[in-house]
Amino acid sequence: MQTHPYTWNYIPLLIQILVAVGMACSMTTFSWFIGRHRNTKAKLEAYECGIPAEGDARGRFSVRFYMVAMLFILFDVEAVFMIPWAVIYRQLPHITGSPLFGFWEMLVYLGFVVVGVFYVWKKGILDWATDKADI
Amino acid sequence: METGFWLFLLISIIKILVVVVILLTAVAYTVLLERKVVGRIQNRWGPSRVGPFGLLQPLADGAKLFLKEDLIPESVYRPLYILAPIIALSCALMSIAVVPFGAPVMWHGVNLFQITDVNIGLLVILGITSVGVYGIALSGWSSNNKYSLLGALRASAQVISYELALGLAVVGVVMRTGSLSLKDIVSVQATHGLLSWNFFGGFQFVAFFIYLIAAYAETNRAPFDLPEAESELTAGYHTEYSSMKFAMFFMAEYANMITVSCVATLLFFGGWSSPFGNLIPAVGGVVVQALLPVFWFVLKVFFFLFLYIWVRGTLPRFRYDQLMGLGWKFLVPVAIANIVVTSFWMALRAR
Repeated sequence: MQTHPYTWNYIPLLIQILVAVGMACSMTTFSWFIGRHRNTKAKLEAYECGIPAEGDARGRFSVRFYMVAMLFILFDVEAVFMIPWAVIYRQLPHITGSPLFGFWEMLVYLGFVVVGVFYVWKKGILDWATDKADI
Repeated sequence: METGFWLFLLISIIKILVVVVILLTAVAYTVLLERKVVGRIQNRWGPSRVGPFGLLQPLADGAKLFLKEDLIPESVYRPLYILAPIIALSCALMSIAVVPFGAPVMWHGVNLFQITDVNIGLLVILGITSVGVYGIALSGWSSNNKYSLLGALRASAQVISYELALGLAVVGVVMRTGSLSLKDIVSVQATHGLLSWNFFGGFQFVAFFIYLIAAYAETNRAPFDLPEAESELTAGYHTEYSSMKFAMFFMAEYANMITVSCVATLLFFGGWSSPFGNLIPAVGGVVVQALLPVFWFVLKVFFFLFLYIWVRGTLPRFRYDQLMGLGWKFLVPVAIANIVVTSFWMALRAR
């Protein structure tokens, strides 16, 4: 049996994070000092297949990437809401006193999620290859 | 017996160092395995010159990459350019902390085969994987190279799209276990061998295939390796990186592959539990009893790593609109349907 307090379980996690970050940092540092540096002008240019780079790379890019990021935040939050429900699902019949209450409740919620997906789908946000999207 | 704090700390640090060393070795040899297997699939030998059967090739590669010139192009934004590979690699090395490698063996009240068992283990893994996207996105943006930027945009959009399907796929498993702790998730599958694994006994095979597809996209592996599609984007988000920084992105990718294979094993294939369960009597002494579960775990993880390589050697690359379509229009609805069916079935059985 585990005999130490539960909160101690997070200490190894913190140490692991420190070890991982420390290892990554030391690798970058050591390779910087071990490798030799003989820079020429051509070497220090951006590599775009041998063609001289035209202008700056940080221009505009397709709005679809922003849309995907927004959709991700929306739907991921919805998915996260499902996890507490899933953890407690086996005990719900005892808590609520009805065998299917927990199921119907989540079905209503999932219904809203599905309507959301369907709306986004019909708006054409998920069609990457067409220009007809309503964005 | 009450565990002393310093003893606990000492055991934890030793466990972490051992696991990190094993993980890095496993990363190096997964690269070799991939080159060997892909070589055989393409009817050639793969690395065979350095050491017997090319077994020392990873060492040679590592030494070479370490000694190479570390180039920082003029046009990059330096702080983020240096930070990006650090984020990518450290996130890849972190999540192994909550993975149980074998059946719990207590020594002075500390489990020897798991670094730590937090009761939100699965969420820790999902969270750390999400932070890993920053490494890719920042590397592309800070490089100030059009190919890098396009590769990073593709990678980020793909990873966050498939993360949704991945998150929904694990809900079914969590529902069956009633816990997010990976130790508990494995121990409920450890009773009747094959039949109590979530894949077979739990009817979570739909969730498993969603998880598998999403995991391939999450780790930017073939057939979803569009971020580094060399025929379109030079090398994608790490075009501007050289020397060890370049190697760190690769190490991160392979470490992620290993973590994802571990999680697939834990969630759907019973982790360290033997496929025969209690059907065959326990054999051997205490040491064999402790190490046999580790053997099963490693065997299953190896199978998933082999599957990764096999798929890479077999399937062609997706087109980007097909990729996003598959994620949003197929995997997400199927994952939601899986949740509904699983919960309904469980409610009926509980009655």
